[in-house]
Amino acid sequence: MLRIDSLTTDHGQVRAVDHVSFDVEVGSCTAVIGANGAGKSSLLRTLSGLVKSSSGSAHWGDVDLLKLPTSEVVRHGVAHVPEGRSVIAELSVEENLNLGALWRGKDPDVTVTKSEVLDLFPRLGERLKQGADSLSGGERQMLAIGRALMARPKLLLLDEPSLGLAPIVIEQIFHTIDTMRKATGLTVVLVEQNAVSALAIANHAIVLALGKIVASGEAKAIASDESLRHAYLGY
Amino acid sequence: MSTLLSTLITGLSLGAIYSLMAIALILVWRSTRVVNFAQAGQAVLSTYIGLEIHRMTGSYWLAIVLSIIFGGVLGGLIDLALVRPLLRRAGSGPEAAVAPVIATLGLLAVLQGVVGMFWGGELIKFPSAFSTAGLSIGGSKIPFSAFDLFTVGASLAVMLAFSFIFQRTGLGLSMRAAAFSPEVAQLAGVRTGRVRTIGWSFAGAAGGLAGVLITPTTFLAPNSLDLLLVFGFTAAVVGGLESMIGGALGGLALGFGLALVLQYAGSSYTFMTAFVVLLAVLLLRPQGLIGKRGGRRV
Amino acid sequence: MVDVSNLSTTFFSRIPRPLRALLGIAIAAFAWVLMGDRISEFRVTQGSMVAAYALAIISIVMLTGYSGQVSLGHGSFLAVGAYACALFLVNLHWPLWLSFFASVLAAAGVGAIVGIAAARLSGPYLAGTTLAFAVGVPSISGLVSILGGEQGISWDAAEQYAPPSRYGDPYVFLNKWVYWICGAALAIGIALAINITKSRYGRIWRAVRADESAAALAGINVARSKILAFAVSAGFAGFAGAILSVTLSSVAPSTFGLSLSFLILTGAVIGGVRSIYGAIIGALALVILPTLSDMIASNASESIHTNLPGVITGVLLVLTVLFNPGGTAAAFNHLAHGLRFKGRRSSH
Ligand SMILES: Nc1ncnc2c1ncn2[C@@H]1O[C@H](COP(=O)(O)OP(=O)(O)OP(=O)(O)O)[C@@H](O)[C@H]1O
Ligand SMILES: [Mg+2]
Repeated sequence: MLRIDSLTTDHGQVRAVDHVSFDVEVGSCTAVIGANGAGKSSLLRTLSGLVKSSSGSAHWGDVDLLKLPTSEVVRHGVAHVPEGRSVIAELSVEENLNLGALWRGKDPDVTVTKSEVLDLFPRLGERLKQGADSLSGGERQMLAIGRALMARPKLLLLDEPSLGLAPIVIEQIFHTIDTMRKATGLTVVLVEQNAVSALAIANHAIVLALGKIVASGEAKAIASDESLRHAYLGY
Repeated sequence: MSTLLSTLITGLSLGAIYSLMAIALILVWRSTRVVNFAQAGQAVLSTYIGLEIHRMTGSYWLAIVLSIIFGGVLGGLIDLALVRPLLRRAGSGPEAAVAPVIATLGLLAVLQGVVGMFWGGELIKFPSAFSTAGLSIGGSKIPFSAFDLFTVGASLAVMLAFSFIFQRTGLGLSMRAAAFSPEVAQLAGVRTGRVRTIGWSFAGAAGGLAGVLITPTTFLAPNSLDLLLVFGFTAAVVGGLESMIGGALGGLALGFGLALVLQYAGSSYTFMTAFVVLLAVLLLRPQGLIGKRGGRRV
Repeated sequence: MVDVSNLSTTFFSRIPRPLRALLGIAIAAFAWVLMGDRISEFRVTQGSMVAAYALAIISIVMLTGYSGQVSLGHGSFLAVGAYACALFLVNLHWPLWLSFFASVLAAAGVGAIVGIAAARLSGPYLAGTTLAFAVGVPSISGLVSILGGEQGISWDAAEQYAPPSRYGDPYVFLNKWVYWICGAALAIGIALAINITKSRYGRIWRAVRADESAAALAGINVARSKILAFAVSAGFAGFAGAILSVTLSSVAPSTFGLSLSFLILTGAVIGGVRSIYGAIIGALALVILPTLSDMIASNASESIHTNLPGVITGVLLVLTVLFNPGGTAAAFNHLAHGLRFKGRRSSH
């Protein structure tokens, strides 16, 4: 279980995450939604050690995430796909994927993982030798997710996978995430602006505004709450 | 044999050494975004260590191998002792912009000073296992010695080894990933600090080899490799500062160019030529001669 | 510029500004002259060196501290100033003050040309290029015969700028006269530097240093401001070079090698790259350090003796960057702030 308690993160004077507490059950998907600047990315970046927290705690099982340097987080089964199609443009598609499993060393299972990932995203398979800079936006997002999956994570932190993609591509990616979670028991924290799609595949949801949780509960309940929709979700 | 051809052959061994130095600078630049001016000092110290080993054991091969190893260890230590705390303390303002430059310059002064303390300032010829006199082919002498052949071969071997490591191994992949996107690399589990230390050791080793290879034909003194640093930097910039292959080609191009200048204009013009090349490349083609367009901001 | 003036008492800050400046200058001049009278003839020359180094460091402060550009080759601008001064003084027989003026202009001109290239470079590229410049410029003197090759140019100081005398009997001995000249030059340099940094250009430079694109959006011509900063800085360096040559009554390429560039930079870093007053601290350090290391290594072997100063400055550089990046001036500042703060609290 992912257990976040009173987590607070500051960027200098700006308090980006403000005493946030919530739990995520193993195998479930929690959507984190909120407007621009609500602190969603900061929350994930704190969990993966890219920014330091000011106070509070975050435990994945019995691992204290806040104590780990970023490079060790993935070794405890937590993979973070940061905002903005984070592939390394100077490497080939295949190298980007291999990078995700480097820390696993000579583990023979790596090839299995790789073929699983390529089954999920067949378009990557056709472009293995190509430079990652030649991919389209959607393909890059797939590659970023694929790289994270190469680590065989137990907990996947996804930051706005729908950013700047066409509705059909979004649908496809969300569908993949959903199937994967159901098939493998993966735990997912899904940060999204695109509340409708995110709430459709999530079990639970929390709504952030100015770093604070302003609402949380069953995804369906959040999705149908008129006042929330007007105040924070903007649709 | 035509003068032009023999000049170009001379350029080959010079170029190989410049390439090594360029590669050393590029390795550090890519891993740390710092141009390591102390590289000249590191190389000089490694070369003196080799000299000492040779004096003690009489074995050239032991000397050259230990120089390289010492260069690598020294590079790694510098990263751990100086670069790591420096990066951790990175502040802001004009001091932060000059901090890495100042730190590596300070280190250069320390290294050269220490070398001077132990070995004095006199010019020394580093030994070589091969003759530095020109080979003769079919009765005619060419300005290319057995030692030049060794220089080119050793440089080539190092470059091939590096390129194998970079392109074909997991370590190489993590080094490239850490260079291009430290954040993504860390998220993927790359221990970027460790990778940077390895980059500094590789650079130190390459610099050590460059020192051992250039000093039998020139000479060894505490600051005798300053010029090599400048030429290596020029070669690295010509190659675009980001790519190893670019650095290698930049070194060769500079070697050929300077050999021509040396032959047809005289030694007092070599430096100026390099300087003009450096400026011209930076101002006219900042991405380097083989880099992609719009690549970098100088 | 809050630096050392923070040390001043409230009493001092009540005096009207222009008067305060005058008073400051008078005190400094008095101290300079007094110092000259108290120390030996050899030390007087070291005092002249302090003035030359201080001016050179001020030129780095202008360039790096204000305009945010790096130069590892400022020794070359000192060389330009020094050689120009020698040529005007010795070959053309110009009076000393005019030679100074002309050497400043010459160095600033070369600086403007280098600045055009420098404005397009940043960070390590600029550092590497200026480093190459520093390695190379001394070798030019070997190519042009009028510059005197490796030996350079030397002259009889007593002939070129003799101290004032009555009936052939000088009021002060020659070295002290030079020391006074250098002091006056330093005073002029500091006054100029303060005025420039407080002027519109000083503000523009800082704006560009802080954020180039923001400055450009605010209508500042970024490239022009950088070139100007380079030219002004080179002018100061040229002035420093001229003074150095007058102090040594000679110029030679070996004086202006890479090590001089490093030395100046070291002084700037130790003093604090943002502070004009820090330049004086840095200059003092540059002169005192070798003396100090001489004392430490007095019984050591020749090679340790010659190399200790380099090692000490290198270690100082590294330590400063790691532990006190603002330099001595910033450390003083902190100290002064702390003292003032405490003083206030206790008076309440
Ligand atoms: N590196 C940083 N330095 C300073 N402030 C930051 C930094 N990163 C984020 N912030 C600030 O923290 C707040 C939260 O930012 P964050 O990126 O977490 O928001 P977000 O919810 O992910 O927004 P978006 O939906 O636009 O991605 C914002 O006010 C932002 O300006
Ligand atoms: Mg975000």
